[in-house]
Amino acid sequence: MSALVYTLIVLSLSAVAGFLGSLTGLGGGVVVVPALALALGVDIKYAIGASLVSVIATSSGAAAAYVREGFSNIRIGMLLEIATTLGAIAGAVLAVHISTHAIAIVFGLVLLQAAYESLSKAEHETGAIVESDSLGTRLRLGSDYPVDGRRQRYGVRNVPAGFGLMFGAGALSGMLGIGSGALKVIAMDRAMKIPFKVSTTTSNFMIGVTAAASAGVYLGRGYIDPRVAMPVMLGVLAGAFLGSKVLVHARVRTLRIVFGVVVLALAIEMIVNGSLGKI
Amino acid sequence: MDDRRLETIIGNLLRAGVLLAAAVVFLGGVLYLAGHHADRIGYRHFTAGGTAIQTVAGIVQSAAHLHSEGLIQFGLLLLIATPVARVALAVVGFALERDRLYAVVSLIVLAILAFSLLHAI
Repeated sequence: MSALVYTLIVLSLSAVAGFLGSLTGLGGGVVVVPALALALGVDIKYAIGASLVSVIATSSGAAAAYVREGFSNIRIGMLLEIATTLGAIAGAVLAVHISTHAIAIVFGLVLLQAAYESLSKAEHETGAIVESDSLGTRLRLGSDYPVDGRRQRYGVRNVPAGFGLMFGAGALSGMLGIGSGALKVIAMDRAMKIPFKVSTTTSNFMIGVTAAASAGVYLGRGYIDPRVAMPVMLGVLAGAFLGSKVLVHARVRTLRIVFGVVVLALAIEMIVNGSLGKI
Repeated sequence: MDDRRLETIIGNLLRAGVLLAAAVVFLGGVLYLAGHHADRIGYRHFTAGGTAIQTVAGIVQSAAHLHSEGLIQFGLLLLIATPVARVALAVVGFALERDRLYAVVSLIVLAILAFSLLHAI
């Protein structure tokens, strides 16, 4: 394949991944890596390096929009980033030392979880607002967020459990070159009882910082190849930007189902190919 | 200065950083395709790329000579720097708010990032 054709194909694939990732909230990385590895036969090391870079682009690029909505909590984000960045370094170092087959299988399992999230619930139930426990109070993590035009106060609980889960989320991000936003949201929303809206926007804020922690390891090992990362970064960024501009409220449910099925198929492919040693 | 105002300023700076990085990557990409559009490529087997694209010094030198791959990598370095800048600005912001606890928390995150980037490169 010539470099021109290759670049255009990767650019298109990445734009679609960024567009879908932005609309469904799952991020572009989960689709870019398997698409490159399965459809184009790109070595998974190049794929995760390029994906990691695109993850930083979408996280940093969307930060201003999230602040405007007034949901994200910078104290929670910053505190938990101690865990995600340490996890990301551990994950990136692990990725360098384990086989690509193992990485493909772990990736497939993460995709299975993403497919489940996408297919199981189109609407998220709002959990109960809680008071902060003693550690949450001492760390001043509670805040308020807009609900129907007024400020609703919320508390934060189970900080150590959330911290531990965040280390895991960081490790997966560093190992697979993805944002692992879904696991970050689970840690905040389910373990720490933080409102869902606050969890998702704070997660976006954390994704870029987490990814930057493993970017150094990837760069030093040559995983970030300019010829692969260039079309991936530009494509995902353009797709995510379009996704944020297009309002498709009515179709989001259908889209989630389509996306879920695609991700499920990719998950099975990754696990099968990883197990057979083809990736 | 409250959290919200600080965050808005940081958010806008980050977006500007991403756009600048994307512009540099795009420029490098155009130069790359102008010179290499007919190259046969595949990337099926991983081979490390060498110091010109793997070390900060190598990348800066390569970009300064307007080598297409060095320019792309330089754009990607700018991109990697955006979240690092975000954390650095948070340190300053919390210090201005006289919030010692979170200034220290942000400083720890910044130290971890610095360790990762300097240690690996």
